[in-house]
Amino acid sequence: MADGPRRRLRWRPAHPVVTAFAVLTGALCLLPLMFVVYIAATSGWQVIADLVLRPKVGALLLNTFALLGLVLPLSVALGLGLAWLIERTDLPFARFWSWLVVAPLALPAFVHSYAWSAFMPRFHGLGAAVLVSILAYLPFVYLPIAAQLRRLDPALEEMAQSMGKPPHLVFLQVVLPQLRLAIMGGALLIGLHLMAEYGLFVLTRFDTFATVIVDQFQSAYSGPSANLLGGVLVLLCLMLLGLETGLRGEERYARVGGGAARGRMVQALGKWRWIVLIVPAGLAALSLGVPILTLGRWLWAGGAEIWQFEFILPALSQTAVLALSGALLTTLAAIPMAWLAVRAPSKVQRWLEGSHTYVGALPGVIIALALVTITVQVALPLYQTVATLLFAYVLMFMPRALVGLRTSIAQAPVELERAAASLGRKPLAAVWHTTIRLAAPGAAASAALVALGITTELTATLMLAPNGTRTLAMRFWSYTSELDFASAAPYAVLMILFSCPLVILLQLQADRPERG
Amino acid sequence: MLVLDGVTKLYGGQPGVRDVSLTAPRGGRTVVVGPSGSGKTTLLRLIAGFENLDAGSLTLSHRSLCKAGQSVPPHRRNIAYVAQEGALFPHMSIGENIGFAVPKSDAGRSARIGELLERVGLPPEMIARRPHELSGGQQQRVALARALAQKPDLMLLDEPFSALDTGLREAMRDMVGDLLAEAGITTILVTHDQAEALAFADHLVVMRAGSVADAGPPQRLYAQPADVETARFLGEAIVVTGALENGVAHTPLGMIAVNHPDQGRAEILVRPEHIVLGPDGAKGVITHRAYRGAQWRLEIKPDADVPSIIVDVPATVEHQPGDVVFLQVAGKGHVFA
Repeated sequence: MADGPRRRLRWRPAHPVVTAFAVLTGALCLLPLMFVVYIAATSGWQVIADLVLRPKVGALLLNTFALLGLVLPLSVALGLGLAWLIERTDLPFARFWSWLVVAPLALPAFVHSYAWSAFMPRFHGLGAAVLVSILAYLPFVYLPIAAQLRRLDPALEEMAQSMGKPPHLVFLQVVLPQLRLAIMGGALLIGLHLMAEYGLFVLTRFDTFATVIVDQFQSAYSGPSANLLGGVLVLLCLMLLGLETGLRGEERYARVGGGAARGRMVQALGKWRWIVLIVPAGLAALSLGVPILTLGRWLWAGGAEIWQFEFILPALSQTAVLALSGALLTTLAAIPMAWLAVRAPSKVQRWLEGSHTYVGALPGVIIALALVTITVQVALPLYQTVATLLFAYVLMFMPRALVGLRTSIAQAPVELERAAASLGRKPLAAVWHTTIRLAAPGAAASAALVALGITTELTATLMLAPNGTRTLAMRFWSYTSELDFASAAPYAVLMILFSCPLVILLQLQADRPERG
Repeated sequence: MLVLDGVTKLYGGQPGVRDVSLTAPRGGRTVVVGPSGSGKTTLLRLIAGFENLDAGSLTLSHRSLCKAGQSVPPHRRNIAYVAQEGALFPHMSIGENIGFAVPKSDAGRSARIGELLERVGLPPEMIARRPHELSGGQQQRVALARALAQKPDLMLLDEPFSALDTGLREAMRDMVGDLLAEAGITTILVTHDQAEALAFADHLVVMRAGSVADAGPPQRLYAQPADVETARFLGEAIVVTGALENGVAHTPLGMIAVNHPDQGRAEILVRPEHIVLGPDGAKGVITHRAYRGAQWRLEIKPDADVPSIIVDVPATVEHQPGDVVFLQVAGKGHVFA
């Protein structure tokens, strides 16, 4: 760096307009965090002590830790076992099982618990919460582990074997350490979902911070109690995030060099080959069989009566409008940051990107609480409007859009733009014919992922939607709350249908071999 | 001593390795060379135990490793394997990589790790580094130290130098050769590079289409290969047809001395370094020349009905394309049986 000393003095953005937009979206993303800080700062110690240091909060903490302490290790063990069986053994119909393990993602978590509470009405409390959480969220940890197992360099395991290590030590000393990042990433994702989920735990009658906050919000709107509980919840999420970052450290587990392009070693299961089928089949029976059975039963029992199209069609169109406009807005808002991250990486850019991605760790209730408080206090006309709801969606799904956009922009290297320019294209035409053409499919895919997320979003939608809004998820929820399981069934079916593309996309993405 | 007898491995009915028998002498350096797809890496993986034989047997120091359905698993063979790109464990430091095969309870463990690091020519401070912080050549040195640490009965090297730059490759080859000779470890190296094979081997095996085409001391294989394809694989080869008579072959390139009692027609191998340009001999015309520093490489089309010949001549001698020259064969030709 010839001009290093001068550059260090002052940070000059490489692309002022793009950077300005990214700073703006970054600042907007920080609003929920600023809200929590504002609440903590203005409440005063006495109020905080009164509202936070009480048995109810202690019980909620206990519930949260019990949930995390049971769901995370069990999911990791199950995900690891399944990934190993499917990727590394001669398990019959391995690819079929791989699809079945991922398929539960097509059901929103609250549809899983709807199925279980209809299937076994007396099954509730911690046990039910743990079981349904594992069934609903297992793919989050299975997918990265399976992908990493496929990506590992088979030469490393052969090397360890040739150095005298029997198979179980090869797994413990060579394979497992290299799965650490995948395991922790998956566990973090599940942990954050456990903190954020509302519907699942209401139906399994298990109190968490999210369920209690929504309850209090619905009775007292943005009361100080809900807000302070929200603060505790944010602290918990940040702790989880910090724990994962700390455990991950600076470790690098990527393969060194290209590695060998060979098929991996397959463990012959011998006489166990058919017996172990119980594991994936049992899981599929619980995670897919039960919902299919319950839904089928209610659909059958409800007959044609439950297909009330005068309600279903408006819900469908409202959901579509919200999902599509939310996805479009989120994608547009993510473009400047994604572009900077790929084309002008720097220390400042990384901080800026961090301000965009942390919101993904915040539960929907927090974002909703923050926006309610802010609109009520400083922008009342925006309170309970579609604009505020869409803004909440933008915040919640910003990380999802960012990840997809980054990858697709990275597929259009700047050299192509320069090559097009050197071949005589005008600058705008050069950008159009290279970057935009190459990035468009990926951007569309990430927008679709956002739209699917909005389709099944429940918590923030319940808290922020203007009066009269009835999305698929809201209709489903109100019928389920009235224990009218039959009327809820068509909405569940529609949400599942919309989520199927998500599952297919995720599975195909994980299936794609990555080399080098 | 490693003995392979009738080793066969099928892939979907197609032979990957077919009826290979060979002996790697104790403490010696055997090189298996062949074009890609010739089955040489498969052979190495069979010896290591990563794959199972379909037929044949494998014996190391009179201990049967693999015979008719019974196979010793790789972790009980004590055969070290160095892969193309080193295959270091990315989640372990260099020290942990080298010490992987040495039990933690071993008293002299850390001293041994340090000593091995020094023997492969790496500074002691590397011990705490991670594989990705090392260059390709350094990684390969660590892989070698790691393999030596297990005190193997046999060392398998699978194209260990192919990812390195030319200069580094030769230096590494010499270092590895010296180290292995010092430790007295029986070694099998697999490569597709004939120059590397000739330089490293004291026993050379040429493989083609899953079978052994020729095996023996490298000098013998280069000068008197079993067939034309082996001759061409190991170096530039001029193959002419001639009539044999009393130890002399009459060929379009003139008379060539041969060590062969037969009479009749045969194919005769002449290496280009045996061709000299002289005042008389077979007439030819220079069609192309390329400057190579110390030499000119000339492409010469003989008048006779033989393909063009490549000949290197000292750079001090000026030749132009179009010049007429005369070719003579110095030394003996090799008659293919």
